[in-house]
Amino acid sequence: MIRIASAFLIGLLFGAGLLLSGMANPAKVLNFFDFAGSWDPSLAFVMGGALLVAAIGYRLVLARPAPALATSFSLPARTALDGRLIGGSALFGIGWGIAGFCPGGVVPALGLGRIEPLAFAGALTAAIAAVRLLEARRAQRPQAA
Amino acid sequence: MSEFTPLTSALGGMLIGLAAVLTMALLGRIAGISGMIGGLLPPYAGGATAAGERGWRLAFLAGMIASPLVLLAATGSLPEIEVPVSLPMLVAGGLIAGVGVSYANGCPSGHGVCGMARFSVRSIAATLTFMATTAATVFLVRHVLGA
Repeated sequence: MIRIASAFLIGLLFGAGLLLSGMANPAKVLNFFDFAGSWDPSLAFVMGGALLVAAIGYRLVLARPAPALATSFSLPARTALDGRLIGGSALFGIGWGIAGFCPGGVVPALGLGRIEPLAFAGALTAAIAAVRLLEARRAQRPQAA
Repeated sequence: MSEFTPLTSALGGMLIGLAAVLTMALLGRIAGISGMIGGLLPPYAGGATAAGERGWRLAFLAGMIASPLVLLAATGSLPEIEVPVSLPMLVAGGLIAGVGVSYANGCPSGHGVCGMARFSVRSIAATLTFMATTAATVFLVRHVLGA
């Protein structure tokens, strides 16, 4: 129960940060990337602030033996660069550049009760679900891989 | 046009960083939103552990959806957003972004903040890649296609 309550409170904090920063605002996100037009460098400060706190905080936290409410730290083990990572990232950027919403930014925007975040989040979720099902099916037939 | 807001953006960024650190310190997990969404979708793994993983993810996302109320309480008004994109384009962007994050195993929160803060080579490569294609797409849409 305390894990659930903690996750909810951290989600509140994360969402408030995204809203305050401008990451939940497509006009601001798209202007950050519009170097040839109405460039708004604000999002560089979001990245700077987030990385400063996270890099120092992670260093302190990961020096501990375990997290407070779980048995162990769960960190991605993969280190190799591959086509899926780069191709997937490239594709994600095209979607971000078209819509101005990213998965993190759209979730607090959903709480504003507008139709636009719902349209993006619905399509995003459907696509993630489709790839999950496709990959699960592919994993069941290893000879076809 | 959007106003240049270095201070509030940096403060918001620091809150994002703090939330990522707390997620690791308390739950031992990466605060990556595309991964949280994916973990809530089928096919489901069985067992109590998998159910517990879905529980905290759902609570985290619910907190994020409720977060405009935090700003309402703190500032007296809901934050304003502007969406200069049509609904069909938002759907198209969502579909493309969804396929992308699935294969990239992350998005700006997971790779751009959490992964970069761990100096993960995969996350640095992912972030540089999507920043480049996002900028290229915005250039194409706004200055070549003239939308």
